[in-house]
Amino acid sequence: MGQILYYYFNLDVIWRYLPDMLGGFLVTLSMAALVVVLGIVGGLVLAVLRAFRVRPLNWLMIFIVDAFRAVPPLVIMVFVYFALPYVGLSLSSFAAATLSLTLVLMAFAEEIFWAGITSVDRGQWEAARSTGIGFLGTLVSVILPQAVQLAIPPLTNRAIAITKGTSLASVIAVQEIINRASSAQAQAANPSPLMLGAILYLIIFAPLVRGSRWVEARFGRRR
Amino acid sequence: MLKGIDLQVQAREALTIIGPSGSGKSTLLRCLNRLEEPDAGSIHVDGVDLTAPKTDLNRVRRDIGMVFQSFNLYPHMTALGNVTLALRRVLHLSRHEAEERGRAALEEVGLDDKLAVHPGQLSGGQQQRVGIARALAMQPKLILFDEPTSALDPELVGEVLEVMRRLREQGMTMVVVSHEMGFARDAADRVIFMNQGVIVEEGPPSQLFGAPKHQRTRDFLRRLLH
Repeated sequence: MGQILYYYFNLDVIWRYLPDMLGGFLVTLSMAALVVVLGIVGGLVLAVLRAFRVRPLNWLMIFIVDAFRAVPPLVIMVFVYFALPYVGLSLSSFAAATLSLTLVLMAFAEEIFWAGITSVDRGQWEAARSTGIGFLGTLVSVILPQAVQLAIPPLTNRAIAITKGTSLASVIAVQEIINRASSAQAQAANPSPLMLGAILYLIIFAPLVRGSRWVEARFGRRR
Repeated sequence: MLKGIDLQVQAREALTIIGPSGSGKSTLLRCLNRLEEPDAGSIHVDGVDLTAPKTDLNRVRRDIGMVFQSFNLYPHMTALGNVTLALRRVLHLSRHEAEERGRAALEEVGLDDKLAVHPGQLSGGQQQRVGIARALAMQPKLILFDEPTSALDPELVGEVLEVMRRLREQGMTMVVVSHEMGFARDAADRVIFMNQGVIVEEGPPSQLFGAPKHQRTRDFLRRLLH
C-alpha cells in the first residue's frame, strides 16, 4: 500500500509538477473545445452539402470522409505536422494536432448527420414541399431538426472518443497533459504525474460525458 | 403506371377516385401537384401548366393543399407550428398574422384546444385533422386527399370525414383517393373507378355505386362491400 502511494499518488511530486501540468490542462482543454465545435459544425455543413446530391461532389466527399474515418488519427497528425511543410504548409504542432482531430471528427459527424437526414421519413419532405416550401427551406425547418435529434447520441459518443485523441498530440510535441506528464514522470523517476494527468482528464471529460447525457435527454428524440 | 388519363375537375367539384391498390389512383393524385413526375402528358391547374419546364412549382403548390394517408405532420413542432410553417416561410406572414390564421384553421377542424400540443400526443384522427388544417391554412384553391382515413382506427374515421364533409359544403374543390365509400356516396359529385392505370368508369356516385356499367367495377365494389 505504501509503495502504491509513494509511486502513484506521491503528493510531493504532484505538488512540484502541478503548475506545469495545469498548463497542459489548458492546452488539452482548448484543443478539445476547438475540435468539438469545429468538427461538428464542419460535419453538419458537409452533410447539408451532400443533401444537394451533386454527383461528382458527393463522390469526392464520400471518398475523403471514408479515408479520414479509416486512417488512424495518429497517422493523420504525423502527416499534417511533418509532411505538409514540404508543400509549403507549416503548422504549429498545436494547429496541426487540432486540424487533424477536427478533420477526423468532421468526417464522422458528416456520416452521422447524413444518416440522420436520410432516416427522416420521405413523407416529411413531401408534406413540406406540398405546401410550397422549397428544398432548402424544407431541409432547414423540417428535416434538419429531426436529423439532429437522431444524431445526438452517436455524435456525443464520437465527439468524446475523438477529443480524447488529443493525447496523441504528445507525439508531435504539443505540450498537452500527457506530454507534460510523461516528461515529469521521467524527471522525477516517479509516475505520479500520470495519475495527476488522469485526474485532469476526468475533470475535462466527466462533465462532457454528463453534459452529453443532459443534451440527449433535453434535445433527443421524444418517444 | 398511368395510361391515357384524360380528366377534368371543375372548380368547387368534389371528385373521389376509387380502385384496387396498384390501380394508379394515388399516382394520379400525386401527379396533380407533381410529387410524382409524369413521363408524358400535361397537367393544368387553374390555367397553369404544371408540366411546363419554366413553371415555378413552389408557387403553384401554394394553391394546392395535400392531405396524406400517414398524416406526415412535423413531429418536432406543435399543432400550431405545423399549420403556420408554410404561412411564415412561403407566404411570409408575420408571426402574429400566421398564428391568427393558423388558429382559425385549427378551429375549423375543431382543434383550437390543441394548439400547443405535439403530434405525438394526438390521436390519429386529431393528427389528420391537423393535416387538413395545415392544407387549409394556405387557403388553397384545391385540396388533394391521399387515402386520408386509411391509416385510422375505424372509430376515428368519422371525425375526419365530418371535417371533409364540411369543407365540401363550403365549396372547396377536392380530389379524394379513398376506400371510404361513405364519403364518396354522400359528398362526392363524381366518382372515378380506376384499374391498372386507366379510368374504367366514371359518373355520379348514385350511378357508379347503384348501377355500375363495367364488370370490373362491379367486381371491385362487390369485394369492397363484403
